[in-house]
Amino acid sequence: MNVLLVLPLLVPLATAVAGILLLRVPRAARAASALGAAGLLAASIALLSATLDGTILVTQAGAWPAPFGITLVADRFAAAMVVVGAVLLAAVVASSVRGLDAARERAGFHPLVHALAMGVSGAFLTGDLFNLYVWFEVMLMSSFVLVSLGGEREQLTGGLRYVVLNLVSSALFLAGAGLLYGTVGTLNMADAAVALRAMPAQGTTSVVAALFLLAFGIKAAAFPLFFWLPASYHTPPMPIAALFAGLLTKVGVYALVRTGTLVFDRDRAFTDPLLLAVAALTMVTGVLGAMAQTDVRKVLSFHIVSQIGYMLMGLGLGTRLALAGTVFYVLHHIVVKGNLFLVAGVIRRVGGSFSLDRLGGLLTRSPLLAAAFLVPALSLAGLPPLSGFWAKYLLVRAGLEAGHGAIVGVALAVSLLTLFSMTKIWAEAFWKPAPEGSDPAPLGAGERLSLLGPVLALGAVTVAIGLGAGVLFRFADAAAAQLLEPGLYVRAVLGARGGGG
Amino acid sequence: MTVLLALAIGVLYAAGTYLLLRRSAVRVVFGLALLGHAANLLVFTAGRLVREGPPIVPPGALAPPTPSADPLPQALVLTAIVIGFGVQAFALVLLRRACQEAGTDDVDAMREERP
Repeated sequence: MNVLLVLPLLVPLATAVAGILLLRVPRAARAASALGAAGLLAASIALLSATLDGTILVTQAGAWPAPFGITLVADRFAAAMVVVGAVLLAAVVASSVRGLDAARERAGFHPLVHALAMGVSGAFLTGDLFNLYVWFEVMLMSSFVLVSLGGEREQLTGGLRYVVLNLVSSALFLAGAGLLYGTVGTLNMADAAVALRAMPAQGTTSVVAALFLLAFGIKAAAFPLFFWLPASYHTPPMPIAALFAGLLTKVGVYALVRTGTLVFDRDRAFTDPLLLAVAALTMVTGVLGAMAQTDVRKVLSFHIVSQIGYMLMGLGLGTRLALAGTVFYVLHHIVVKGNLFLVAGVIRRVGGSFSLDRLGGLLTRSPLLAAAFLVPALSLAGLPPLSGFWAKYLLVRAGLEAGHGAIVGVALAVSLLTLFSMTKIWAEAFWKPAPEGSDPAPLGAGERLSLLGPVLALGAVTVAIGLGAGVLFRFADAAAAQLLEPGLYVRAVLGARGGGG
Repeated sequence: MTVLLALAIGVLYAAGTYLLLRRSAVRVVFGLALLGHAANLLVFTAGRLVREGPPIVPPGALAPPTPSADPLPQALVLTAIVIGFGVQAFALVLLRRACQEAGTDDVDAMREERP
């Protein structure tokens, strides 16, 4: 039993339980929540440092040997995802101190976010497809409650859309898992990978692969399955939306990368062009949707969709450099996107509105907030030397090396439109003189710490990634090499039996 | 038996999809329930049906007699049923509250935002 693999699940679970017990003592619940977030961060960093040298950590739950029990696996990519998730969780918990109303906090915000974090960590670390389904449900159930927590009309109707589309995705996932079991007789990812390689190509496996692609595509909000996202992500309070925006769709991307490189890597001739087409359409529709919006939250929601396209582009190109680009992109994106939603919450607090028409003058009112917005916004658009530039650079270079000029053109054009969209927020909310009659109270000292602190900390991470891009690139490259060598994963999970895989 | 179950799965998927495409949110949620049942039955059937062959190792033997039923799909389905029950219960409550707040169960009318 490797305790490093279990801690990222146990720490949030214990925190969630403590949060429920302390529901009537908000101060204590908040302290427990902060402690839990810090604990998860520490546990995940310990896990990452154990995988840095290329070790693939494996634990068989209950000591049932591998394809029979549930396997937990951490390679570089999985461990890094857990770390970045923990970073975002910590920022969200910190900003919820002042960014969230007391009613929602008493209704169980803290236990719910930690349950969500447990589901997300579980989804990253599991090596079993049915277990992945269960972790998805843990994550979804918490997110269902979080999205509707507070019960405002918009939240309920948006939440209903969110719930329906995600349940359709779960049903497709379950059907795919059932058919896979009927075909290869196992749901352990490593074991299924070995069994599928030993089999002649047949229709059923393609159907299974298509079902997984569809199910994870809905979760990742890829074109044309993304409509639930802009219908719901703007409705909950911003700390909750930041957690969703940063993490949830990326779990779908992670599942696509994991199954695409490990289990279903045989039909690449068919899936790669499909993924590239989907990636291009996702980028374009997302960014066009964003340009049409005038609500900060909706602009940012559509940009999530558009950014998912870049991550799929790397997976579709499939070379080592491209996968490194995807890994880099996902890691950078979680920080930047979560940060932008937190900034939107502060914009609402300082400017009194989410609507660009009613905002203005924030540059003079809070220069610190302006800086806090500019860093993630320019990083999202891909301006050097921020993290987004390097992520896009890797993907563009991988695309050119692989001879896919068209998708590179789309990626560059979309990044220009992203910049346009970000400058629109900048010009409307920050530069434009403040409209008549809007004069909310300035931020108090406690609010500065709770609202601006996490935002600036995440911004510092973005700048650090940008300045030290070489370090993260070497890591992403090593993670991609690991992903492209499924034999390593199989041997780590199954031992000698999977040696031939 | 397999053919019969396959037909049932097909009917459930068809009915579930049809309900999902309705404008009434109540029907959409019912459609979800049907889709969940269809997926459960699919997992059950795809795991091969063996009647009257409990997977129990007789005394002295090392393996259960063949053919014997595979218990794993049943365990999976049981898990999925429990999860599905919880999720559908939540969806129904959410539906009720959303319809109360919006004053309609028409999915299109719900979307129209009030200023």
